[in-house]
Amino acid sequence: MAAMRRRILITGVSRFLGLRLAKRLEHEDVDVVGVDLDEPVVPVENMEFVRCDIRNPLIARVVEATKVDTIVHTNIASEPARLGGRAGMKENNVIGTMQLLAAAQRARRIRRVVVKSSTAVYGMQPGEPSIISEDHAAQQTDLRGYGRDCAEAETYVRDFGRRRPDVALVILRTQNVVGPTVRTSLAGYLSLPVIPTALGFDPRLQLLHEEDAVEALWLALDDDARGIFNIAGGGIVYLSQAIRILGRRRLPLLLPAAAVTADVLRRTGLVDFPVDQLNLIVHGRVVDIRRARERLGFVPRYDTRAALEDFRDNRDAATVQKPGSHPAWERELFEYLKNKVDQERERV
Amino acid sequence: MADAEIIPMNPHARSIGRAHVRIRCRAVTSSGRPCRNYAVGGSDFCRVHGGADAPVEAVRPDAPAAASPPADVQSFARRRSRGEYAVDDFGFDPELFSSVLLPLMGILYERYFRIRHVGVDRVPSDGPVMLVANHSGTIPLDAVMLQYALATYHPARRVMRNVGANLVWEFPLIGSLARKSGAAVACEEDTVELLRRGEVVAVFPEGFKGVGKGWRERYRLQRFGRGGFIEVALRTRTPIVPVSIVGAEEAYPMIADVRPLARALGLPYFPVTPTWPLLGPLGLLPLPSKWIIEFGEPMEMDGYADDAHEDAMLVFDLSDTVRDRIQQMLVRNLEERGGAFF
Repeated sequence: MAAMRRRILITGVSRFLGLRLAKRLEHEDVDVVGVDLDEPVVPVENMEFVRCDIRNPLIARVVEATKVDTIVHTNIASEPARLGGRAGMKENNVIGTMQLLAAAQRARRIRRVVVKSSTAVYGMQPGEPSIISEDHAAQQTDLRGYGRDCAEAETYVRDFGRRRPDVALVILRTQNVVGPTVRTSLAGYLSLPVIPTALGFDPRLQLLHEEDAVEALWLALDDDARGIFNIAGGGIVYLSQAIRILGRRRLPLLLPAAAVTADVLRRTGLVDFPVDQLNLIVHGRVVDIRRARERLGFVPRYDTRAALEDFRDNRDAATVQKPGSHPAWERELFEYLKNKVDQERERV
Repeated sequence: MADAEIIPMNPHARSIGRAHVRIRCRAVTSSGRPCRNYAVGGSDFCRVHGGADAPVEAVRPDAPAAASPPADVQSFARRRSRGEYAVDDFGFDPELFSSVLLPLMGILYERYFRIRHVGVDRVPSDGPVMLVANHSGTIPLDAVMLQYALATYHPARRVMRNVGANLVWEFPLIGSLARKSGAAVACEEDTVELLRRGEVVAVFPEGFKGVGKGWRERYRLQRFGRGGFIEVALRTRTPIVPVSIVGAEEAYPMIADVRPLARALGLPYFPVTPTWPLLGPLGLLPLPSKWIIEFGEPMEMDGYADDAHEDAMLVFDLSDTVRDRIQQMLVRNLEERGGAFF
């Protein structure tokens, strides 16, 4: 008898990374179960979609009923707006992860759990090491918002690991993701025509290209992969340099004014840039990616600079909407919507 | 200096615990002054002048070569404005360093402080090196001048990496400028990583105790922290080069420390110098003291056991040895310099 087909449950399948991973697995020899609140905007072949909130204990029934052996948790979110504010975001991130892991602990079939965390768990204070390795003890007391959520979620993951030593655990701490299609708070910030910065501070930025982020999730499914990994592109650019590469202007503000500006931008919905991430554009955050290269085989295709250039060149193209220049993801979306409209018309 | 370490003031006398007399090199430098390096290997000449028949060459070339203001300012500005330059993971910006920062440091080094350097070629030309120096002068200009000396006068034009304490990184402007000039954070992780990459790292084990000490304590080395730098050097088997810097004390002589103000501002000390805060911003200008930077003989760290860094006694011993060497060089160079300003 052939080995059992692998069954993978992906949370947050309607968000960027979850969806891209599902697409990537479309034609692989695996079954995919996607879980999210909304259906993905792009149809995924060979995927069972289950509409479920991971905060709800019903998730245990889903894990059991779908007979999955692997869980990929990509649903720790950094944008409060989408989840009804900070309280909703925290619920989703922390309680959601707890519920999911409680479900996984019961399910005897589970062999592997992959959690997409973030380098935000390191926080960022002025005196931290310049290049942070996975073993660096994050100072949890300083953490707020997204970083704190990730750190708390990670403690639950580690607790889970103690209770189920038979399960292979992978935690990916991804650096800020940019790319032609992904929507993140940093991408929104870098898309502003005039970019506010903190006067006298020029942080080092390290970026992760969206495709490399998907690649890392894919590698984490490998049988030998286990452990905690920083995932980022190589190299750094200064924020001032990044703004020059993007061909934009910067507006240096005194630090208190910068905090106010960030808040105003967030309130007006212009950029969903939580104030707790302000530290990033004041002190920056650079992580060591050697472990991922050595033990996970993760070699980023885009270094920080290339990721930024791809973001500049292809995102511009996407917003200008030149025919034929859309990235694959958006093209698929357009086709999908067009088919929908055609179907509706036929019905009428 | 009644309670100072008992160190002979005469450089030609016997040094403590080491019964030998060191003779100075007999060569004359290109600037017409007698060479101040020690003679080596039983000859009458130092390493630079390398024996009797070697040509008498300059210790100090007339034109520093490493500082290279951009030849084509326009294309330089264009490239900078497009972000077309590379920085390393720590944030060191080599182009900015050699084209802008070094020439600026050069003005201070050459014209203002008229710094003389001794034995810069004792710093190994490749591989990791740890420079250990005394720290003084309220504002750590000594670190900057040391960096200039190495980038300009070392045969391999080595870029020295400073490690700055937390306070540096909290200040706007200073923090980002420090990063771009190659500094990293003063913590074990950063120091080890820089050495692993084969860089020259400078440490000032006195820390704030050194820069924040009063005028009465000038040139008296403060406690050398917890010896963390020795642990790192032992672990990474990095040679240590002791460095003495004479002159920085007089650049910003701290005659008083206003503690309550320092506490209120969250600073380790609030200095009062003859010009600061009396003259306002003008008081930030250093006094034009005369400097001597001397590099000592490297101390190899690879003859020890693998777990030597965990031997607390050895760590303290080595730390004291480094400290003694620096103190001796300090006393000797202080004597040789003569007047502090002219």
